[in-house]
Amino acid sequence: MVDKAWEHTASEHTASEHTASEHEATEHKASEHDDGRRAALARIEAWRQRAPVFKDDTITMAHGAGGKASQSLLAGVILPALAGGGGGGADGADGGSDAELRRLDDGAVIDMPAGHRLVVTTDAFVVTPRFFSGGSIGDLAVNGTVNDLAVMGATPHALTLSLVLEEGFAVAELRRILDDVAAAAKVARVTVVAGDTKVVEREAADGCYLTTTGIGFRRTEADLGAEFVEPGDVVICSGPIGDHGIAVLVARGDLALTADLASDTRPLAPAVAALLDAVPATRWLRDATRGGAASVLNELAAACGFGVEVDEAAVPVRRPVVGACELLGLDPLYIANEGTFVAVVPAEGSADALRAVRSVPGCEEAAVIGSVVDDHPQLVVANTAFGGTRILDMLVGDPLPRIC
Amino acid sequence: MTSPTDRPPPPSVRSGGNYIDEYRDPAAARALLSEIDAVMARHPSRRFKFMEVCGGHTHAIYRHGIESLRSASIELVHGPGCPVCVIPMGRIDDALAVANTDGVTLCCFGDMMRVPGGSSSLLEVKATGADVRVVYSPLDALDIARREPDRSVVFLAVGFETTAPSTAATLLQARDDDVGNFSVMCNHVTIIPPLKAILESPGMSLDGFLGPGHVSTVIGTKPYRFVATQYGRPLVTAGFEPVDVLQGVLMLLRQIDEGRCEIENQYRRVVSAEGNAKALGLMREVFTVRPHFEWRGLGFIPHSGLGLAEAFARWDADRLFDVPGLRVADPKACQCGEVLKGALRPWECKVFGTACTPETPIGTCMVSSEGACAAYYNYGRYTPRDRIPVRSG
Repeated sequence: MVDKAWEHTASEHTASEHTASEHEATEHKASEHDDGRRAALARIEAWRQRAPVFKDDTITMAHGAGGKASQSLLAGVILPALAGGGGGGADGADGGSDAELRRLDDGAVIDMPAGHRLVVTTDAFVVTPRFFSGGSIGDLAVNGTVNDLAVMGATPHALTLSLVLEEGFAVAELRRILDDVAAAAKVARVTVVAGDTKVVEREAADGCYLTTTGIGFRRTEADLGAEFVEPGDVVICSGPIGDHGIAVLVARGDLALTADLASDTRPLAPAVAALLDAVPATRWLRDATRGGAASVLNELAAACGFGVEVDEAAVPVRRPVVGACELLGLDPLYIANEGTFVAVVPAEGSADALRAVRSVPGCEEAAVIGSVVDDHPQLVVANTAFGGTRILDMLVGDPLPRIC
Repeated sequence: MTSPTDRPPPPSVRSGGNYIDEYRDPAAARALLSEIDAVMARHPSRRFKFMEVCGGHTHAIYRHGIESLRSASIELVHGPGCPVCVIPMGRIDDALAVANTDGVTLCCFGDMMRVPGGSSSLLEVKATGADVRVVYSPLDALDIARREPDRSVVFLAVGFETTAPSTAATLLQARDDDVGNFSVMCNHVTIIPPLKAILESPGMSLDGFLGPGHVSTVIGTKPYRFVATQYGRPLVTAGFEPVDVLQGVLMLLRQIDEGRCEIENQYRRVVSAEGNAKALGLMREVFTVRPHFEWRGLGFIPHSGLGLAEAFARWDADRLFDVPGLRVADPKACQCGEVLKGALRPWECKVFGTACTPETPIGTCMVSSEGACAAYYNYGRYTPRDRIPVRSG
């Protein structure tokens, strides 16, 4: 967002004392003239000091130019939505402070808790349509980024938010998106501490793109990574797969499909924390976003060097997702999720891990879906429900473009 | 999800299901496999080679791991029934030329985007500015034409008798509604001529055919009679679920075992002997059989392609646009033709999995998920060691 000059709105005083006397007669023409001029200036100044009321219905190039229109967008739309909504619990353990955002400095200053390391991640969001069953681009912009932090074993702390808006974008829709960002940030216990807004000419972007950068803190001793994975470890999936991708596809409306289905967009930090508390020896975590569960399993196999075996019948999938995939020739294992992770835990910890993950709302259907094996190194092989085997390869191309 | 039908499911399958689960039932599969083994036991020294004509079968076989289940002495060979795979490079170049024409919006099914032409693909020309859009139905393309009257909207039609009726219905609607800015670049093909070409090819060593399922919903089972009567090979039309495929294989084996040679129908829940009279009527009204049509890797096959009838000349992209119309030789390294004829198995192709992969396909068989090579590459590269010896390519 534009820096500085936030004082315009911070100032509450009015010019009423000046205006009260402005028309009273005086002896001297000169002073009369002076008074009139002073009054006019005061009126102008008062007008300038008002808290900006944002009246525009659509975004214009001026809103990105860094001048007054930019400030009124910031003060009239963006800050009211985002500032003050943050988590930042009294313990101060998580969530930044909206005070950082209100300062409107060129950057936010954040204290590092002792014994932690900083984890940083960034993500761009271009989903179309921007609103779908279960969420919106605003929810994704928060959850997508905090989940990347969570599966790194970090406690999400704060976000930055960049908006790229297309000239002509509806301000009402922008407000809805920002409200979703604020609500999701509140649930995820993070605050937006810095941001930026750019406007591009009509047709130079498709409505609205969001980019969030997230920071989180991870205990110095925490260790997660493919190098800890061993044959015999089990693979856990935190919930039903494919809900998000299919919900977006249905919302797109060009298939005349309806489904009783909502995106799984949600913060994963609580489930990850529960898992790591219950099974500190957890080896590896990843959220199964674009490319779906099959793609992260391939990343796992490639990174650890062992084979991964998946029991297809054990993978939780809701009926509407199965049905839509059957109709469209898609495979749920490749459909995107926005609130589902895949974890590798030692076999002896699998019962504890399942219990812990299932205790978190939204993850009740977590299941063991496979294991790490010595056989077929770096390949993911599925035992089909039918009793055969097949390879699960990396996704090629994009069955569903722009799902996040 | 559910197939609209009032026909009973096959006898070996329990009833009352949703038309998917019961056809993927491991218990039903095991029962079929033991019946297959029982028949095979009576012919201990024989190897059987069956062609699954349709790409949908190929996909199902790998998707469900049937390839890893079946007896080593039954070989399933992939046939020419993948609509994307049989499109020759010259036609892709024609489509690229149309897509690159000013004012044109080219609509196609998603599968076509990656198919390589002589120098480029639709995906690439889209990236460099051509207006190429993926649609799920030809009617979507007609809707685009209505919504955007300033664009010349061309639908790139591909497919066998399965998809041809929907193209025909769309053209009839375009005519009835007088939509002038819509046209069809017709690449529809029919299944019987290539089947005949395969049966005629020298060294044909197939013992029988799994007939296409969805093509047969349109044309019925009667047109296949010549396979049994003239060429002495059994054919069983089969569905696309794993139990369907196994049951189709069992039905073929039983025919051979009992000394029969017939056209049988495993896919009775949607296929009839007569086919879909209404769909066939639409096709007769809108299409005319081309004297020749080039098939990728198979060359020109007489009477195998459909063009638009004279009455639909106004909507015929081939007549409206000046396309190169050149025959482009397949890349030397590409052996799609051999794969489509069942002469080569995918992994026996020189470039399979190295120069030719789903990311950078050289041949069409690697593009569509129904292509034999893509199916094998995506699903079948791993063969459990304790079941079937891994063949090296």
